[in-house]
Amino acid sequence: MGAGTVIVGTGQGGFQTAASLRSEGYEEPITLIGEEPHIPYQRPPLSKGFPLGQLDFESIQLRPERFYQDHRIDLLAGKRVAAIERATQHVRLESSARIPYEKLVLAVGARNRKLAVTGANLDGMLYLRSLDEAIAVKERLKSAQEIVVIGGGFIGLEIAAVACTLGKSVTVLEALPRLMSRVVAPIISDFFRELHASRGVKVVCDASVSEISGSRGKVQKVALRDGTVYPADLVIVGVGVAPNVELARDSGLGVANGVAVNEFLETDGENIFAIGDCAEHPCIFAGARVRLESVQNAADQAQRVATTIAGRRSCYRALPWFWTDQFEIKLQMAGISQGHDRIVTRGEVEKHKLSVFYFKRDRLVAIDSINRPLDHMIGRKLIAGGAPLTPEQAADESLDLRILEHELAQQKGGPARH
Amino acid sequence: MPKVIYVSAKGDAREVDVPVGTTVMAAALKNGIDGIVAECGGVCMCSTCHVFVDEHFFNRLPPAQDTEEAVLEIAAEERQPTSRLSCQIKVTDDLDGLTVRLPERQR
Repeated sequence: MGAGTVIVGTGQGGFQTAASLRSEGYEEPITLIGEEPHIPYQRPPLSKGFPLGQLDFESIQLRPERFYQDHRIDLLAGKRVAAIERATQHVRLESSARIPYEKLVLAVGARNRKLAVTGANLDGMLYLRSLDEAIAVKERLKSAQEIVVIGGGFIGLEIAAVACTLGKSVTVLEALPRLMSRVVAPIISDFFRELHASRGVKVVCDASVSEISGSRGKVQKVALRDGTVYPADLVIVGVGVAPNVELARDSGLGVANGVAVNEFLETDGENIFAIGDCAEHPCIFAGARVRLESVQNAADQAQRVATTIAGRRSCYRALPWFWTDQFEIKLQMAGISQGHDRIVTRGEVEKHKLSVFYFKRDRLVAIDSINRPLDHMIGRKLIAGGAPLTPEQAADESLDLRILEHELAQQKGGPARH
Repeated sequence: MPKVIYVSAKGDAREVDVPVGTTVMAAALKNGIDGIVAECGGVCMCSTCHVFVDEHFFNRLPPAQDTEEAVLEIAAEERQPTSRLSCQIKVTDDLDGLTVRLPERQR
């Protein structure tokens, strides 16, 4: 038996690589190493059901502890990989222990961007990515009354909805002119702004934070550049993440906006792959190299790398999809809308049933859906299959997208794959 | 405690005690049933907890919501008349003996 596969990172990507290797029939040793002290868990609930108290740690574990023994996965939780020794194909832990690998998968994720203003280190300034951070947020939410959320992206808005549901006074400060602007069309941003406002969340856009101040080390106020001041006894910061590229860079691997990989998710280092939030890959749906932060991207890339390591090398071409839950509304997103030049809506915003179809040079590239789940699911197949949907057809409610999808599947000689 | 029987694509059956209120998906993960992937964690986004429910029990389940119906459209193994997402089936005393067959593949 050889040295097997070493996976660095115990998030969704790392976990799925290990699990998929076994389901692909891989028999060599698997070592799964992560800095967090916990067994692998789902991150999405940390800004949703977990702080609301609907889900506990056990119910968000990706698998129970026994799974790792049952599948001969050597799980090293709470260990940091200090270096990759590429010449001899070993990883070195901070403890100096060295572990050999035949194949190495970097699924090291990303970390929160820190707010770079005065007062950012005060007590009561929290971030939200790891379980430990989520436990701290949940704990603080019990006694806090005035919550300021900095960042109107997915995480910020999800935790704002949670805090509001828990009866707190909540203000969201977004630096750009509209919410979630990096990803969604203005009509979707406006919908969510109104949703939050209708529940009592104060949403402030074009809000540039200049200073956090407090007394006796505890946060009390968030000040904007225009002079407005918001009182706060808890500030939650969700201003994006930065990929963890240091391990790759220090060992001489190519790094751009993430660890650079090709369409097979291979880095430029022999027998080294990178997947998930930390990796920048060529995406056929974006027509560009992208780094995506999502469960789908981590899990599908993990599956692909596992298949390759198990002996069937194949390129990665899964359609990206995402979701966010805010209050009782789920926004479902399929494809990459970046670079679109036309949007068409289907449904009615007043009825809270709406899809936005994004076109780029007359080609459907993405769909965002609110309470129109069939648009999203069928849309995944249409986008993935390159369906010739016209903007006029997209806007025509009487046209059943399923019929179009069936036609597409028949042309391709079999059921369309998502 | 109600029992749920998981039958693998190959035909191997496993009987599991499931507390009332737990989903068929969550119980599968907890008990190491490999045919359930549950990629999205049970929020009706991914179809990787697809099961075929025994006909005897199918009509006793609360009907699928629109979101679940839509997700079943993208299941890796094509949906059948008794297809459901196991994340949406909560076990009750009335469902004791619930038998679900797992598809050959979930992804």
